[in-house]
Amino acid sequence: MTTIFYLSTIVAIVSTVMVITRKNAVHAVLYLLVSFFAVASIFFVLGAPFAAALEIIIYAGAIMVLFVFIIMLLNVSRYSGDPDPEWLRPTVWVGPVVLVVILAAQMVYVIVMGEWSATPLVEKTPKEVGMAMFGPYLIAVELASVLLFAGLLGAYHLGRRDDAATEERAEGS
Amino acid sequence: MIASVPLEHSLLAAAVLFALGLVGVLVRRNTVFVLMSIEIMLNAAGLAFVAAGARWGQPDGQIMFILILSMAAAEVSVGLALAFQFYRHFKSLDLDAGRTMRDWHV
Amino acid sequence: MCDLLWLIPAAPLVGFLILIVLGSRIARTAVSVIGVGSVGISAVTAILVGVDVIGGTPPGDAFSLLMWQWMNVAGFSAEATLYLDGLSLVMMLVVTIVGFLIHLFSVGYMADDEAFSRFFAYMNLFVSSMLILVLSDNLLFLYLGWEGVGLCSYLLIGFWYREPDNVAAANKAFIVTRIGDTAMAIGLFLLFYSFDTLNIQAILAAAPQQWQPGATTAVLAAALLLGGALGKSAQLPLQTWLPDAMAGPTPVSALIHAATMVTAGVYLIARTHVLFELAPQVQFAVAVIGVLTVLVAGCSALVQSDIKKALAYSTISQIGYMFLALGIGAWSAAIFHLATHACFKSLLFLGAGAVMLSNHHEQNMFKLGGLRSRMPVTFVTFLVGALSLAALPLVTGGFYSKDLILWYAWASPVSTWWIWAGGLVGALITGVYALRMVFLTFFGEAKGHFTGRPGLVMQIPLIILAVLSVLIGFVQTPHSLGNIELFSDLLRNVFPAPAEVSATLSTEALMQIIAGLACLAGIAIAYIFFLRSPRWSSAVAENPQGALLHRFWFMGWGFDRLYDRTLVRPFVFVARINRRDVVDVVVTCIALTTEAFHRALSLGQTGKIRHYAVGMAIGAIITIGIAVLL
Repeated sequence: MTTIFYLSTIVAIVSTVMVITRKNAVHAVLYLLVSFFAVASIFFVLGAPFAAALEIIIYAGAIMVLFVFIIMLLNVSRYSGDPDPEWLRPTVWVGPVVLVVILAAQMVYVIVMGEWSATPLVEKTPKEVGMAMFGPYLIAVELASVLLFAGLLGAYHLGRRDDAATEERAEGS
Repeated sequence: MIASVPLEHSLLAAAVLFALGLVGVLVRRNTVFVLMSIEIMLNAAGLAFVAAGARWGQPDGQIMFILILSMAAAEVSVGLALAFQFYRHFKSLDLDAGRTMRDWHV
Repeated sequence: MCDLLWLIPAAPLVGFLILIVLGSRIARTAVSVIGVGSVGISAVTAILVGVDVIGGTPPGDAFSLLMWQWMNVAGFSAEATLYLDGLSLVMMLVVTIVGFLIHLFSVGYMADDEAFSRFFAYMNLFVSSMLILVLSDNLLFLYLGWEGVGLCSYLLIGFWYREPDNVAAANKAFIVTRIGDTAMAIGLFLLFYSFDTLNIQAILAAAPQQWQPGATTAVLAAALLLGGALGKSAQLPLQTWLPDAMAGPTPVSALIHAATMVTAGVYLIARTHVLFELAPQVQFAVAVIGVLTVLVAGCSALVQSDIKKALAYSTISQIGYMFLALGIGAWSAAIFHLATHACFKSLLFLGAGAVMLSNHHEQNMFKLGGLRSRMPVTFVTFLVGALSLAALPLVTGGFYSKDLILWYAWASPVSTWWIWAGGLVGALITGVYALRMVFLTFFGEAKGHFTGRPGLVMQIPLIILAVLSVLIGFVQTPHSLGNIELFSDLLRNVFPAPAEVSATLSTEALMQIIAGLACLAGIAIAYIFFLRSPRWSSAVAENPQGALLHRFWFMGWGFDRLYDRTLVRPFVFVARINRRDVVDVVVTCIALTTEAFHRALSLGQTGKIRHYAVGMAIGAIITIGIAVLL
């Protein structure tokens, strides 16, 4: 089980690095999908199948579809302006890279040399999650629904076209 | 019982993912990429919560993850609508295009 | 009735407050009623109080009314007290009655002015301050009134403030009197240092015990008070502001610069006479300044063409007579001349105002003429005033007061022969310029543009003042002419009797005849030179030496130019080269630092969202780091 965890972690990290370094937007989206799948498998290992399922359905399924939609609508690749040539100059990235390497070395040392105690794996079934959600956390659920409603209205209003054709269509209907 | 992964490792993984997402926000110039990096950061936070919940053996971590998920959905929809308007006004998705106020010829 | 003493300065003050707040919003009639009525209330109350005092009602020699404790701090206590004795009674009556008549005149004179209510507000404030000045028992309270009249003088000289010349005249008046005021303030400090109190009666009682006659401190204190008096009363060397002050409306000149404010210096010296008696050098200096001023200002009045400037120089000259009297110890004579002068000089100014109003504000006497038939009432009253100024023997009030001064100038052991001679020559010159004004303005062929006689509201004060100018003389006549001593009786508890060289009645009569002859000679000269044969006066003026003298006297003996060269220009020069000094650098440094910070901080406003996100990230990291470390 734990090897799956470490493998998935490595896949997630690598694909995330690819996301933030691609020039083509669609490539970045695909790598992001891979990253989400990796994280979902991490969730499975941690004994949270409900969270893993939701990760795939909502995050990978709905949100990434939105991204793809926008990319297609706006034809993003042509207007990216990336990468910023100024930040590719060595004087800019040498410092942070050195610091990051130090941090990574520290992290590797800690993981390899540390003594970790492993806790027992307890699986939390969807039933338990549901009981907790509609029990003590009911208010949070309601607030989340309000939040989604606000998001819906905001997206509709902000996405409107302000020209005569839209006005007419709105009037006529 | 099968031994699980130590909590610290999961948190480290979440931290690394979060840092990568932050780098993406700061470095990329394209609006859509910035929004994607924000999603990476939210995802990493959710990973941290779920890991904590699994450590203590409670469903609370997953519940928090669900809430983060819904918040991310709402934020993405609004953010992409704003990106859409941004594009329509400035005719490009470069964030630096919006650095001056309107009608200022700088 | 003496309990109502507080009402006398309070009524005009209330009038001022009402008019300054509501004046522009209420009708002209209401403004006139409030403005004139408040001074009227003071006048009526003053007369009633005077009747009480003369009838002998208040016990003792004086009545004192403590109004409130002004301050009591660290050993210094000042009270707002009103003190009524013979001297303050006389001053109070002069100020209120003459003030009332002038206010009444102003209703007609200022009727066409748009700032009608502001005028009456300032005039009311002035009357209130002057009454505080003359009724005060505490030098600090007196100084309050002193500054108040100075302020009102500034406000009223510069009343038509849209003309820069008027503003310059007002500034000049204020600055020159300020020099005197500063000297007076230092004198007050010295007096407090010596006596631990500023209560006038307390100081006058303690001074002879503490100071020997001629002591340095006494001389210093008296000299400083004299400095203040010189400024306010426009005597040498601080007389330059008064001719310029004629830029104000004519009722202002009548009230402030003829009857009341300029006599404040005389009042101050009279009130603190004990100090001056303890400093004989200073007192003699007062007399010398007086006689010099009489001559200097008299000569200048002789050649003026502007009727108001002539009257201004005449005022300076007549106050010189009062200083002369003070200097030789004839205190009550000085106050007597103050009272008569108030009557006839304000009459002359008001008459001049009536003339100006009816001739399109023409002030040049050489452009007026022949108004005798056009403005009969004004002519008669002006003539009465001029004759009183010239001291026509036996029938005018001016004669009795001026003659009294000349008599003491002859008879007092302190006085010298040249003081008397100067006074006599001054009387001659006075006669000349007084009648010169009458002949030039009212006689001869009519030259001006006449627009109509003054109204009744202006004629009545003229008539009343003319009557007063004549009658007021009869309260004090010399020994040889009826020996009426009402005036000096009133003041006998205030002043010591002047020392007199013993003289017989015949000597006194001889002196009076000489004084009368001087006056008549002056009138005759004026008649010859300006009415009968004006060619003679033009001939004198065109003669080279005559022209030089004419120009010299016209400029007021060049004092303005002297002060400009020696004081004003060096000061302006120093100010100009000191423009960028250390203090400036400090202030500009503040501005420059702010600008530098602005430039530095504005570099952080790039408008790029990524830069802002970087800032937020760094801030979050620092904050979390601190939270973790602590």
